[in-house]
Amino acid sequence: MARSVTSRRKALNTLVAWTIGLLIFFPILWTILTSFKTEAQAISDPPVFLFFDWTLENYAVVQERSNYMRFLWNSVIIAGGSTILGIIIAIPAAWSMAFVPSRRTKDILLWMLSTKMLPAVGVLYPIYLIFIQFGLLDNRFGLVVVLMLINLPIIVWMLYTYFKEIPGEILEAARMDGASLKEEILYVLTPMAIPGIASTILLNFILAWNEAFWTLNLTAVNAAPLTAFIASYSSPEGLFFAKLSAASTMAIAPILILGWFSQKQLVRGLTFGAVK
Amino acid sequence: MSIRSALRAATAVCLITTCGAFADTITIATVNNGDMIRMQGLTDDFTAKTGHEVEWVTLEENVLRQRVTTDISTSGGAFDIMTIGMYETPIWAANGWLVSLDDLPAEYDVDDILPAMRGGLSHDGTLYAAPFYGESSMVMYRTDLMEAAGLEMPEAPTWEFIAEAARAMTDKDNEIYGICLRGKAGWGENAAFITATANSFGARWFDENWTPQFDTQPWADTLNFYIDLLNDAGPPGASTNGFNENLSLFQQGKCGMWIDATVAASFVTNPNDSTVADKVGFALAPDTGLGKRGNWLWAWALAIPAGTQNEAAAKEFIQWATSKEYIELVAEKEGWANVPPGARVSLYENPNYQEVPFAEMTLKSIQSADPLNPTVDPVPYVGVQFVAIPEFAGFATEVGQEFSAALAGQQTAEEALAKAQAITLDAMEAAGY
Amino acid sequence: MATQHSRSAARLMMAPAVILLLGWMLVPLTMTLLFSFKQYLPLRGGDLGWVGFDNYVRFVSSSAFWPSVVATLTIVGGVLLITIVLGVLLALLLDQPMWGQGIVRILVIAPFFVMPTVSALVWKNMFMDPVNGLFAHLWKFFGAEPVQWLSQASLESIILIVSWQWLPFATLILLTAVQSLDSEQLEAAEMDGAPKVKRFWFIILPHLSRAITVVVLIQTIFLLSIFAEIFVTTQGSFGSRTLTYLIYQRVLESQNVGLGSAGGVYAIILANIVAIFLMRIVGKNLDN
Repeated sequence: MARSVTSRRKALNTLVAWTIGLLIFFPILWTILTSFKTEAQAISDPPVFLFFDWTLENYAVVQERSNYMRFLWNSVIIAGGSTILGIIIAIPAAWSMAFVPSRRTKDILLWMLSTKMLPAVGVLYPIYLIFIQFGLLDNRFGLVVVLMLINLPIIVWMLYTYFKEIPGEILEAARMDGASLKEEILYVLTPMAIPGIASTILLNFILAWNEAFWTLNLTAVNAAPLTAFIASYSSPEGLFFAKLSAASTMAIAPILILGWFSQKQLVRGLTFGAVK
Repeated sequence: MSIRSALRAATAVCLITTCGAFADTITIATVNNGDMIRMQGLTDDFTAKTGHEVEWVTLEENVLRQRVTTDISTSGGAFDIMTIGMYETPIWAANGWLVSLDDLPAEYDVDDILPAMRGGLSHDGTLYAAPFYGESSMVMYRTDLMEAAGLEMPEAPTWEFIAEAARAMTDKDNEIYGICLRGKAGWGENAAFITATANSFGARWFDENWTPQFDTQPWADTLNFYIDLLNDAGPPGASTNGFNENLSLFQQGKCGMWIDATVAASFVTNPNDSTVADKVGFALAPDTGLGKRGNWLWAWALAIPAGTQNEAAAKEFIQWATSKEYIELVAEKEGWANVPPGARVSLYENPNYQEVPFAEMTLKSIQSADPLNPTVDPVPYVGVQFVAIPEFAGFATEVGQEFSAALAGQQTAEEALAKAQAITLDAMEAAGY
Repeated sequence: MATQHSRSAARLMMAPAVILLLGWMLVPLTMTLLFSFKQYLPLRGGDLGWVGFDNYVRFVSSSAFWPSVVATLTIVGGVLLITIVLGVLLALLLDQPMWGQGIVRILVIAPFFVMPTVSALVWKNMFMDPVNGLFAHLWKFFGAEPVQWLSQASLESIILIVSWQWLPFATLILLTAVQSLDSEQLEAAEMDGAPKVKRFWFIILPHLSRAITVVVLIQTIFLLSIFAEIFVTTQGSFGSRTLTYLIYQRVLESQNVGLGSAGGVYAIILANIVAIFLMRIVGKNLDN
């Protein structure tokens, strides 16, 4: 009896959850579907859902027009580089905040977050001038640094919350055994925090991948990532929904795939210290 | 252009500057319009002729403008050639930011450039940007719907006739809208269209003392006429329709008339994209009998920022892309209807091109626009659908947003004009007028 | 545990992050402050000298200023409300036993991976277009007049787009919190015959309060500066101009860096007011 109730309930849960899930996913699905239509089918009235002549023509056109691999590679380098650099700088900072807290620790954390509040467009000219000065325009390293700085507060905060959950006694035990600070961080703390670090890397990779102001305004050719790729397909002369969809699909596919493979990590790890 | 003349041009520049390797790589920022995409596809021809490689940065119009403006005003040097318009050219040239194009070789035949285009892309009589294509605006209409309404489109219609025809052609139940016009806010969108229209109603942005004129009767007439017309005979959501949206509506057969850029003519008559390709007629932009028509003048042009390392190669590229030979190259590959229009006189003298249905009306429209005397009453500025001062893009976009809100029914025309007056006054004050 | 030695080591280890962020904050902030007291017009020769508080006065006295503050707060508030309410419900739902839980989770979090520009383009062109958009077809199918989303309901449309992007983030954080819920406590309450609403109100919600605080805090920081969604869809028309967008118009469209910088200073002030407000109301949850 009780068993049948739960399974009926489970069926209901499944139905509701799948409906909502598909509804939320629908815009992405629709974009992907549209990318395989011809331009005429893309705006046909009534809209066609699945029964159309699937074509790869849009992808061919986009591929011919732009060097997709270069944009993709730049995105990988910039998002990956900024995340790794950020992690390297943030681990010691988060360690000291978590294990040697002072009265000012919380203030420093909040202050770090507040640096994200300066509207980017307001400082475009100053930053642009600085980039020219240091020859960093259209340079991947320059963007790695900028995106690292933008995301550093989030990285520090996330790591801080993970580190805080690690009981201090373990560290003290390690210290008793004569571990140096470096060894303590490398061999005791980091392994324990690996799941947290992985979530942090993921989230910040996504944020850096999707950053569209600096990556667009500080690049031209050599460092232009996928955000610039998209800017060459949005609002062209005429409405090209199908080609726009193909370009959009190409721009989001890599990160979407990465996200899907790592969803378990994200579901478990994205706590921001919200769970005690 | 032959290899020899290219060589000559390159050596000439090499003599006065220090010239590095002969084969350079130039970076070109351009807009993602059809003609530019086509040019991108033909880059190999340029590389084969000159040995120079080309890197393209293709961006949508608004992003491009913000990108190149930031770069040139800070001497960023990210690009060797920038695609700019008739609005930017005189302003940038006055700041000394562009390389003069006065020394192009004789084969380039600079005198072949349409005078209106050459004038609009010059500063103090010196050419600073070469037109890749030029446009005016004109009426594109459905011959079948016009006939069904029992009307005949004159070559030079009045606004009164346009309004009458638009209302007669409208059949909202069948999704046929008599007229499609730009309503989307932006200085290059609705503000451009309404400004050109206002010129024909006898209105102007500023009087000779740079005082904004939105509190005058001609502006009230213009805006009320425009709003009433679109409310009666326009498509739904007109206040968010720009060039693209209207183009697609027209191609789908939903517009009776469309007054917009002459370059659109080749899109609406292209049977691959347009369902009404064989039913389109053309006429001059309307007037009200005051001596000015409601058509604008614009060119997308290629310019070289001062201080670039690759000036010689950049000049060679501009010579290639805006040459007669380039037009022939496109004609050979894509047909005459798809060549970049509105830049050269010789194109319109070419019998092959004269057969293109919209060629004659495009030329007449371009010739009837005068950026130096755009309005009925005298004005202190240059530009038909814009005012060639640096602040214009900013305040015209804000004014366009007020017009757009009025079109959407969120405020009256009078309220929009009062706000437009305040916005413009404030912006001019901030600019130090 | 904190010896003198480890204290100084801690300071040393914090130094790189703090110094970098200090630089990242101070250099632009100083330059913004500097420019805000200048007549700085890049297209008219750049720096044209000091003008005192002119830019500050002009920025505030513009008719666009207060509406832009209101629009900013409306968007932030609207998105927070939607993402938190729906996020809590979704998190509770996803925690239930069901078939294909992993796939549903993937579907729900997918929007978070989409670039803001792309999602704005997709929503604008393929859903909200009053003639060719899917919504228009849907409305027509039911015999209704299609809504002109971006002009008649511009703020709502933008809130919808942004909420769609941020709902996954809220759901993820809330889901981790739900999963950590003490099931024994819930079962005990169930035994006692506490109705569902009561259980939700007195046990689940308090347990989630910390997670909600985090969502509010992080999202507010990002939402205050949304730009691409407005740039792509309405370009600030129909009352959807936020403070960030207004600054963009001043700096890049009007090419008035001084005026835009003054706007930037106001934006920082607004952000800090919001931050203090947040701390007061929900900050206690973040303690210990």
